[in-house]
Amino acid sequence: MSKLQQAIDNLHEADREAGKRSGKSRIHPVSRLLVCVAYIGIVVSFPKYDVTGLLGMSLFIIITGILEDLSFIKGFQRMKYILAFVVLLGAVNPFLDKRIVMQTGGVTVTGGMLSMMTLFIKGVLTVYAAYFMFMCTGIEQLCRALRCLKVPKGAVTVVLLIYRYIIVLLKEIQRMSLAYRLRAPGQKGIHIKVWGSFAGLLLLRSMERAQNVYDSMLLRGYDGEFQYEILGQEKTGKGLGAVYAAGWIGIFLLLRCVPVFQMAGNIFLSIGQ
Amino acid sequence: MVELDHLTFSYDGNREVLSDISFDLKAGETIGLIGANGAGKSTLLKILAGLLTDYKGQAKIDGLDVNKKNLAAVRKKTGYVFQDSESQLFLSTVYEDVAFGPRNYGCVGKELEEKVMSALKQVHIEELKDRPIYRMSGGQKKLAAIATILSMEPEVILFDEPSVGLDPKNRRNLINIINGISGLKIIASHDLDMIFDTCNRTILIEKGKLICEGETEKILTDQRLLEKSGLELPLSMQKRDV
Repeated sequence: MSKLQQAIDNLHEADREAGKRSGKSRIHPVSRLLVCVAYIGIVVSFPKYDVTGLLGMSLFIIITGILEDLSFIKGFQRMKYILAFVVLLGAVNPFLDKRIVMQTGGVTVTGGMLSMMTLFIKGVLTVYAAYFMFMCTGIEQLCRALRCLKVPKGAVTVVLLIYRYIIVLLKEIQRMSLAYRLRAPGQKGIHIKVWGSFAGLLLLRSMERAQNVYDSMLLRGYDGEFQYEILGQEKTGKGLGAVYAAGWIGIFLLLRCVPVFQMAGNIFLSIGQ
Repeated sequence: MVELDHLTFSYDGNREVLSDISFDLKAGETIGLIGANGAGKSTLLKILAGLLTDYKGQAKIDGLDVNKKNLAAVRKKTGYVFQDSESQLFLSTVYEDVAFGPRNYGCVGKELEEKVMSALKQVHIEELKDRPIYRMSGGQKKLAAIATILSMEPEVILFDEPSVGLDPKNRRNLINIINGISGLKIIASHDLDMIFDTCNRTILIEKGKLICEGETEKILTDQRLLEKSGLELPLSMQKRDV
């Protein structure tokens, strides 16, 4: 299977899984969105050397993964390129910050190494948080949540269409590259000379198809509003969502303000002595 | 139900794609819209669906002018089955896609489920309701696309080349399904055999002009008329040399 086909299948599969999970979920998408945004905000706000504090924040990801039956490995496979990018972001830190902050058993740990690690953990946690949130709500419910939070209709429609457009774009790339390869046997990739016309044509063709998708939405009553609910969420009171959001945000704030893991470690150490 | 009065349309303001088209269609009729490539069939359907509103003349659906002001009401009364089913289906499963229209019109709970299941039953794909769309065949996608329209219970259904890409068995199945659907149906197609099997009236257009309208049998057996408009007799009526 080609990488493009794999990417398309992955997107479809994720979309289908998210739709299924969102149908069963009793937690309102607004609560999930708020928790995710709060989580990302708090994770990012941790100081650059606070590795233990950040590790505490992984509790949310682990508990969500277990409770929602979400696979970490599948998540890693789907997000591997973004995760690789996140790892690369901090790769230069050890060269920029050579200040020694710790020495354990003959190993010198510099500030750059610690900040690289925190950046890596922050990246992994935030990417997983966003991925898990998407897998629990799906794009439709996510857009509905955005509308509930008074995000303008136009902006929400753009989010929805960009998501749909990615699939349309990938399919068009697949068709066009197949047509190219069939008439250019033995050639590796697309020749640089045709990149310009290829990209231009790709844009026109994918835009035309995206327009058709949008027309199809308009003709079936879509006007930028999400008036409907997903089966299973009909009976869900806002109470459950509020408890979910308040509970998690409270825990995040606690983990951010109180060094729980450090304190626990100190307690263990004092018992040992 | 559908009234066109001296309808003229141009995409760029220069070349008229449709020119002075007038006809009246009644509820319950099945109309064949035929013509060669580029005759203006799809454009005419898009105007009736309210996707193109910058036309001259008058277009009315159930007494409502097809214009920007009445767009929501017009679209509620019309359903448009795209030529390319892939563009019509954009949600993860058949059920979700068929439910999209009724949901947007405020339908929820049991009523929604009933509408979706009734639409799926009409096209005989109720067992595919949880199937991911990307894992369906072309014929199944076409039926799912029709179900997305039927679930909204429109008064007018517009079909754009519905039999394109279907094998003979799926094509026959589609014809039976179209014949089983009530309401006004307008079918734009080159598949004249299908038009013959489904439509009681036919409208022939050529280069944007209405050439003639009348009983399907009368028009589809007129070899000279069809050939003049860039068409041929339906295959089932052509004499074969054995």
